Amino acid sequence: MAEQEGIRRENGGNGGLGAAGREGNHAGNVLLGYLKSAPVGVNISGLTKSFGQNRVLKGVDLGIEPGETVVILGKSGTGKSVLLRHIIGLERPDGGSILIGGEPVEYDAPGKGEHVVAMVFQSSALFNSLTVADNVGLYLKEHKVFKDDGKVRQIVSSALEIVGLSEKEDVMPSVLSGGMKRRVATARALVMNPDLLLFDEPTAGLDPMMTRTIGDLILDLKQKVEMTQIVVTHDIDLAFYVADRIAVLSEGRIIEFGPPEQIRDCAKHAVQEFITPQFGENRR
Amino acid sequence: MNGVMSFFRVTGGLVSLLMETLYWCKSVFKNTDKITDQLLVIGYQTLPVGALIALFSGGVLALQAGPTLAQFGIEENVGGLVGLSLVKEIGPVMAAILVAGRVGSAMAAELASMSVYEEIDALKTMDINPLRYLVMPRFIATVLALPVLVIYMDVIGWFGGAIVAAVNPDVHLSFTVYYRNLSELVDFTAFVNGLIKAAVFGVIISIVCCYVGLKTKGGPREIGTSVTKAVVLSFVLVLVFDYYVTRILLFLNID
Ligand SMILES: Nc1ncnc2c1ncn2[C@@H]1O[C@H](COP(=O)(O)OP(=O)(O)OP(=O)(O)O)[C@@H](O)[C@H]1O
Ligand SMILES: [Mg+2]
Repeated sequence: MAEQEGIRRENGGNGGLGAAGREGNHAGNVLLGYLKSAPVGVNISGLTKSFGQNRVLKGVDLGIEPGETVVILGKSGTGKSVLLRHIIGLERPDGGSILIGGEPVEYDAPGKGEHVVAMVFQSSALFNSLTVADNVGLYLKEHKVFKDDGKVRQIVSSALEIVGLSEKEDVMPSVLSGGMKRRVATARALVMNPDLLLFDEPTAGLDPMMTRTIGDLILDLKQKVEMTQIVVTHDIDLAFYVADRIAVLSEGRIIEFGPPEQIRDCAKHAVQEFITPQFGENRR
Repeated sequence: MNGVMSFFRVTGGLVSLLMETLYWCKSVFKNTDKITDQLLVIGYQTLPVGALIALFSGGVLALQAGPTLAQFGIEENVGGLVGLSLVKEIGPVMAAILVAGRVGSAMAAELASMSVYEEIDALKTMDINPLRYLVMPRFIATVLALPVLVIYMDVIGWFGGAIVAAVNPDVHLSFTVYYRNLSELVDFTAFVNGLIKAAVFGVIISIVCCYVGLKTKGGPREIGTSVTKAVVLSFVLVLVFDYYVTRILLFLNID
């Protein structure tokens, strides 16, 4: 735990937009100190998937470097969630391959791979019969990561503190708002100490302040834990805030992949559609 | 053709779920907390209503048989008749139907909603096997609880029969005569017979309801459909297996 010192936030963090709210937040650092990723790259090549007649992925190629944060943009229904479900092994592709840290993904046994991959589901997918704290702590408890329960509680509360839900530990998920569920799901994924973290619309339903907190969390994970992250989002501001590179998924293929500037300057219509302000000049 | 295919698919699915669940029973002692939770739920859901059903079933048996036996002057046999019918047949089947309707339906609904809302997927990504975490505790709890519920319902059913035999003017049998006859006729093997049936029904109900629940795809509508399907399939299999288990027990002379 010596490296914990190096991770401790010294002064107001990375200067991010939401950092002020979390300044001097030591409980948060318990978790960040505990997290330790072996950064893994992801290599997707020629990935195809159909559901009946519906050809969703028509040959996705994507290479992600270890420690990189890649944002995936794409219209609703283009298969972003389907792509993430393939990466984590919940869906078996019709063709093509996915390597995580050089190891092929085990499609029938998600969670059994060499590297720990965690996902924040679009639906949050919280366990409705467990309290918020039990949801977050389940992985640690079931895998007996720590011998004493005190440590589990400590990690769980610091994870919940990072997402701003400390006071909700003993609440059942059914009484939470959609945005709160999303944040619990984020905390639950974090405590798994993943090498690769997949976010499926982590900020959908969040207010601007919380969106910034999540944005800063993604930056912290990148800079301090060197975690590889794939973020699916519709939030262009968030995309440009956190991304090392942005991939645009359209018609079942990645049509553009590069650093934010490249995406901003890309002339393709399908790309520009996304990054121009929705209300254009009419915005007051 | 479709029906035949799905018959084999479901049968295969049930058998393989049973096998995998039996495999996961190796970690039964590490999951006693979950099993206890399930046992409490089952007890809470079935004990009050089970008592009511048993009381009236015992009563109606005495009501039907009592006057007829009295016509032949052998009304003291009401005790044995009610006792044996409950222990060997009616108790296990009634308890099974109660458990399928209350516990099995809840299991199917819970697992179906967990499937539909990606909770099962989330478990898998956390490397938590849903069969160990969800199915095995429900399986063990149901298989343990059903025989206990049967004993409980037998005892209450006997009492129901005793009351009716005592107050019915055509029969008018004292408690002492009723229970003496009952204890002469209901022996240990009859009891074991009923408990074996109950355990088999417990296997059927838990496996069927978990299987149907886990296979649910779609949305909220499909959760409802799954619950109905699970309960109906449990009823049918319980009654079919009741016949075959009885045949086997007769053959083995545990009767
Ligand atoms: N299990 C499934 N069975 C059949 N079709 C599916 C399944 N999962 C996804 N699809 C289809 O795949 C397509 C892509 O779905 P997906 O959920 O990946 O979209 P998305 O890009 O994540 O959209 P959104 O931004 O709205 O979340 C849709 O047409 C959907 O109907
Ligand atoms: Mg999606």
